[in-house]
Amino acid sequence: MKQTFAISIGGAAGQGVATPGDIFAKIFSRRGLHVNAYNAYQSIIRGGHTFLTIRTGPEKVTNMGDRIDLLIPLNQDSIDRHLGLLTEGAACVYNADTIKPGAAATGVQLCPLPVSELADITRNKVAQNTLAVGAALSMAGVGFQALEEVLTEQFKKKGDAVVAENVGIARAGYEYASANFKPFPRPLPMTENRYAVMSGNIAMAMGGAAAGVKFYCAYPMSPSTGVLHWMAAHARRAGIMVRQVEDEIGVVNMAIGAAHAGVRSMCATSGGGFALMSEGLGLSAMMETPVVVIDCQRAGPSTGVPTKTEQGDLWQMLGAAFGDYPRVIACPLDIGDSFKIIAEVFNIADRFQCPGIVLSDLLLSEGRLSVDPKDLDFAPRIDRGELITAPEANANGGYKRYKITQSGISPRAIPGVAGYTHTAASDEHDEDGVLISDEFTNPNKRRAMMEKRMRKVAGITAAVPSPELWGPPDADVTLIGWGSTKGVIEEACEILTEQGIPANQLQIRWLVPLHGDAIVNILKDARRTIIVENNYSGQFARYLRSETSFVPDGYIRKYDGEPFMPHHIVDAVKEQLSGNGTLSVPEHEVLV
Amino acid sequence: MVTALVPQWNVTMADLKGKVDPDWCPGCGDFGVLAAVEKALVELQIPNHNVVTISGIGCSSNFPGFINTYGMHTLHGRALAVATGVKMANHDLTVLVTGGDGDGFGIGGNHFMHTMRRNVDLVYIVMDNQIYGLTTGQTSPTSRVGMKTKSMPFGNIEAPVNPISMALAAGATFIARGFSGEQKHLTGLIKQGIQHKGFSFLDIFSPCVTYNHDNTYQWFRPRVRKLEDDPSYDPADWVAAMEKSLLWGDEIPIGKFFERTDLPALHAAEPVLDAGTLVQSENRVPSDIARSFVEELM
Repeated sequence: MKQTFAISIGGAAGQGVATPGDIFAKIFSRRGLHVNAYNAYQSIIRGGHTFLTIRTGPEKVTNMGDRIDLLIPLNQDSIDRHLGLLTEGAACVYNADTIKPGAAATGVQLCPLPVSELADITRNKVAQNTLAVGAALSMAGVGFQALEEVLTEQFKKKGDAVVAENVGIARAGYEYASANFKPFPRPLPMTENRYAVMSGNIAMAMGGAAAGVKFYCAYPMSPSTGVLHWMAAHARRAGIMVRQVEDEIGVVNMAIGAAHAGVRSMCATSGGGFALMSEGLGLSAMMETPVVVIDCQRAGPSTGVPTKTEQGDLWQMLGAAFGDYPRVIACPLDIGDSFKIIAEVFNIADRFQCPGIVLSDLLLSEGRLSVDPKDLDFAPRIDRGELITAPEANANGGYKRYKITQSGISPRAIPGVAGYTHTAASDEHDEDGVLISDEFTNPNKRRAMMEKRMRKVAGITAAVPSPELWGPPDADVTLIGWGSTKGVIEEACEILTEQGIPANQLQIRWLVPLHGDAIVNILKDARRTIIVENNYSGQFARYLRSETSFVPDGYIRKYDGEPFMPHHIVDAVKEQLSGNGTLSVPEHEVLV
Repeated sequence: MVTALVPQWNVTMADLKGKVDPDWCPGCGDFGVLAAVEKALVELQIPNHNVVTISGIGCSSNFPGFINTYGMHTLHGRALAVATGVKMANHDLTVLVTGGDGDGFGIGGNHFMHTMRRNVDLVYIVMDNQIYGLTTGQTSPTSRVGMKTKSMPFGNIEAPVNPISMALAAGATFIARGFSGEQKHLTGLIKQGIQHKGFSFLDIFSPCVTYNHDNTYQWFRPRVRKLEDDPSYDPADWVAAMEKSLLWGDEIPIGKFFERTDLPALHAAEPVLDAGTLVQSENRVPSDIARSFVEELM
């Protein structure tokens, strides 16, 4: 079992759950520790309940884990909801003035802070939070200096007096805990590593900047809005034009316009906005103008649960826009991958002049993870494909935008280049781009253009790597997932293997094109296969079956809005191995 | 556009002739609009490769196929959104958007409003025939009350939109109305629209000879009055323009209703474009800036 430490902070929206979270994340990552943060929240600006879990450790932490080591409830509601989750060895730090703890399990340390004695709560309304942060770090064995540094950075804009006040309160909490509470037996270690802590949305936005995105537009929609926020804040330094558009129909069409004029162009949305973009994707495919669309899935259908995660948009992606057309759909496996995948999808979209879709979800988009700066390559390979940006010396006129070629790729001239004028059209057209109300497209021409476009599929398939099996080759159970579940399935496999059930993992990153033969080849020798996914109907299982006829032995699904925790998968696997059914729907114990 | 006046190009009508002839019905008002656009480009000597003509869907939206410039024939109602993207990526291009009343005021109404308030530097030419033609004659957002069509056989009971008043209210910085039957006047308006640095809206009466038997050339001719013929009319006066826009009936004003030149076009207001067009900018983020992005997160 790897060493990890998880702190959960709960409270009402507006009570300041985020700030202690940010402070912990910064201190842990600067200590050379990995960090994973997941915030369970609600669509409310003030009130409701928010529950942020930060898990840290010297090895990679890929998910929120199963165990809360330290609970910091900021109100009575939060302690009432979560104290019962704590098990032996855990602790709960709370404001003794306002919060009355209920019954806790044996071995759980209750740590009441006399907040009004330790700080002037009439002056500082978030004193309880700052005291708790100090107390927590004392108990975790982190020196006070680390906290002093972070608080100084955070408050320096407000002047020395504010810095001194906050550092003073934090110190009071730190010292009170040192004197009154039992520290955790294993102090948090330090390493020489340094990590950047970011959300998947920031990773995708930065990945876009690295990939050479010059135009980004969006309509705000949770959980994709973080991409817009990063882009807007950094656009001028990155040389990116960012526009907030009237609706997602406008977004995708504006992005296509910019792409058509020759720049890399990207937009992000969630399921509802993506539905509005559907016709535009077809336009991108038909005009052969590459554009990259990010869909950050949230629980649907309709407005659904805007603040909860789901992998429920797969079939919308597969069915987006009518007609057959080439495209690429990829899902990042973790937050670091969310950075990397953008340039990869752009290279394919540009090379094959087709739409590219990146399928994220709330868990990745709004979750946070420590990423090694070495994995953030701002000079990735950029392949713009066959793009004509200046008149070619030996061009003898007669440019055909949709020239029929073996690869299906026709060199693309951008507006402004003399001698290459043409019309790009959403109607079916001939090689010249001539369309006009079907008058010039007869069945032969239509067939030739369909086949030209669809020939690109073979090229895209060759450009996309096949998935690989991770973990022990000789396993009792093979867990199959896609996208964001990578980390939690990986940890479940480790736990199962430790417990004497060797488990391995097949995680799918490229959804379209899907390397069905390679997948079946991997799975044909597996003893028992279980598909794990965050949706009701087994969308990936159905897709895999439709593409390959492969049917797994079992399914683990979750559609309550919250992500999997490792024990959900571990318990379900054991249940199924002991012959108890083939479909498990684990119950989420953390109620937010 | 001044930037497009490259001396070595001698732009002629022949350069602008499209690969195919228009498929509009004989007598369609759109022929006159096409001719006026071509004349305007020749008179302004804008080389065809620096022009992008962008349309949605409909009879008049077939326009880009009939003129030899860069063209985009996009989705129904979406031309303005696509055109905004084109202009933002390369603001050196002259962007013309062509379409009909259904495309622009119906399905594309949202983009119409927002593109005007953004003051995107493009010319939006609406060939307004007060009917859906390509779908064989249904009521459009500009069809008059009482007009009988296939979709409202007992007469339209919905009030039509007033495109000129809408444009004034939404903040368009150049607003004009033309008539396909007044070629020279129309060419002048299109030239002014192209030269205007901001959003130029041209609502052009372009009679549908097949499906609209109410608003014919014969109906318009005695009614249209050129605003330019009234020396007291000041197109800088927004209130006067709004009053004029409400006139309809025996007297229908055509000409330049309104122009203001004090507002920057969207691309001019965007500091990212100070150094030049996006399409000419470097793909890579400079490494020191990239480093600062990562350091913020540490």
